[in-house]
Amino acid sequence: MTSSTSGSTTMQRLTAEAVTLGYDQRIIAENLSVEIPDNSFTVIVGPNACGKSTLLRALSRMLKPSKGRVLLDGQAIGSMPAKKVAKTLGLLPQSSIAPDGITVADLVARGRYPHQGLLRQWSPEDERVVGESMASTGVAELADRYVDELSGGQRQRVWIAMALAQQTPLLLLDEPTTYLDIQHQIDVLDLCADLHETQGRTLVAVLHDLNHAARYADHLIAMRAGKIVAEGAPQDVVTADLVEGVFGMKCQVIDDPETGTPLVVPAGRKARARTATAVS
Amino acid sequence: MKAIRGTHAVRTSGGFSFRVDLRAALVVLLLTVAAVAAAVVLIGVGDYPIAPGDVVRTLFGGGTTAQEFIVNDLRLPRVLVGLLVGVALGISGAVFQSISRNPLGSPDVIGFGQGSSVGALTVIVLFHGGSTAAAGGAIVGGLVTGVAIYALAWKRGVHGYRLVLVGIGAAAMLTACVSYLLTKANLVDATRAVVWMTGSLDGRDWSQFWPLLAACVLLVPLVLGNGRNLRMLEMGDDAAYALGVRVERTRLVLMLAAVLLTAIATAAAGPISFVALTAPQLARRLTRSAGPNLLPAAVMGAVLVVVADWVAQQAFGDRQLPVGVVTGVLGGCYLLWLLVTERKAGRI
Repeated sequence: MTSSTSGSTTMQRLTAEAVTLGYDQRIIAENLSVEIPDNSFTVIVGPNACGKSTLLRALSRMLKPSKGRVLLDGQAIGSMPAKKVAKTLGLLPQSSIAPDGITVADLVARGRYPHQGLLRQWSPEDERVVGESMASTGVAELADRYVDELSGGQRQRVWIAMALAQQTPLLLLDEPTTYLDIQHQIDVLDLCADLHETQGRTLVAVLHDLNHAARYADHLIAMRAGKIVAEGAPQDVVTADLVEGVFGMKCQVIDDPETGTPLVVPAGRKARARTATAVS
Repeated sequence: MKAIRGTHAVRTSGGFSFRVDLRAALVVLLLTVAAVAAAVVLIGVGDYPIAPGDVVRTLFGGGTTAQEFIVNDLRLPRVLVGLLVGVALGISGAVFQSISRNPLGSPDVIGFGQGSSVGALTVIVLFHGGSTAAAGGAIVGGLVTGVAIYALAWKRGVHGYRLVLVGIGAAAMLTACVSYLLTKANLVDATRAVVWMTGSLDGRDWSQFWPLLAACVLLVPLVLGNGRNLRMLEMGDDAAYALGVRVERTRLVLMLAAVLLTAIATAAAGPISFVALTAPQLARRLTRSAGPNLLPAAVMGAVLVVVADWVAQQAFGDRQLPVGVVTGVLGGCYLLWLLVTERKAGRI
């Protein structure tokens, strides 16, 4: 895995320039700048409430920065026509609601919305893309099933299929593995890696699990308290010092025996207790 | 590659394509037939009964002078008002239930009917206004209530439960206002007010029909045109935003149209309760299709109002009831059933 990242002089497609983000009066991040490398699988990690989901919301124009701006292909994302953005940048939100009594195929078909209009509601192209999206996420056999009756893992695949049907070169995923058991977490991440490798999409995901992030990302962004602490290839970024700095936890970083990527092993309880007393 | 179950793609030259849900289309067709049939039967009902065949002949200009007078001048406007009130209530109920993602988010549950009542009663009781003025009061009352509820329920977007809870609170306060106004009224005004509040189609004539028709011709296509956006909103604001829907604008336009439709329907016939609540739900059970089911709900509303009016005139022999009593009784039973099943499904 190579990182096409740091030091590049050309403008990346999706960037944030000195944005200040917050809800109402509460500021989450100030003067934050970030570039999402094109064609990367970028993963944002950090402790709870560090602002990683907030950053993702800003990048996907769900949250308007109170200062600064988010640029998509050099244009301020907030002033672009909504459907135009939706053809370039997709988002898999954390909380989506499957309408009552909707079938898998019908839900996936809704991803075609930005490509449709009042007089162009269901073109052969729409039908083809929906079929392909279901096939590449492995839910084609479920097409006529109701979304309510699927398992959590299947449902997440269906939502990803919907986002794929949107046919966006950039896809943002907000904690796509939350609430899934370990097998389905890996399943969803494998799917993301496939999409990234075979279809060349730029993926940006917020993940909780640092080891998953290190294994799947080719570009890692570590955040703490609204600031980016480190970014780059996981091999370069994930060190024992960084993990302690970001998550406040002593650990060892070893090579993952399966993939050779960094693997974070938390220090034993007693070792951590010693540090805690030493710090206080 | 499979098409989506139950839908049919209609494609024309020039790259136009439409998706038709066959079952929903059939439901709309059958309900329309039912509404027209019920309307014909209803026109024939009264002190001077006319057979359905004669009603149709008269409508096409072939009846006797007496029949023409009774059908065209007396009963047709009443039935047409009933049909349009049903359409307006059905479609606005579907809009609100979809936006609040809750069957209880209907205009009649969240206080618009009460708001219109306060408006009408203010005119009747405090200003002794006539029926036209009362209708105007009802529209103003409904609109003010709609705006107030929207403003109170708005916090970075309108969310289903907040809308329902704020609406129920508003309904309670407005009911108190109604009671207060009634205590201030003299006997004549109080009687008029109570009759108005029950919701009735008695004595409706062409002067009620035309404004109602104008509102429907303007607003129903507006709502239907935004139907695709509304379908996207059902997946949550974030998902809809991500797909390029202008969420707040869509919601504002649809809610405004729905509030207007409810207010104008209420102005024409009084607050006919529970049609807005039940029509979308019944329509949905017939079409078995996800989404707001706007058109089926509209036609179902028309069927409900006309059939309820027929029951109100026929069920108790000579003693005619206002249509609102019938929809109230039927809708009340339905609401209970809905609360029980929602409770079982763990949604409330």
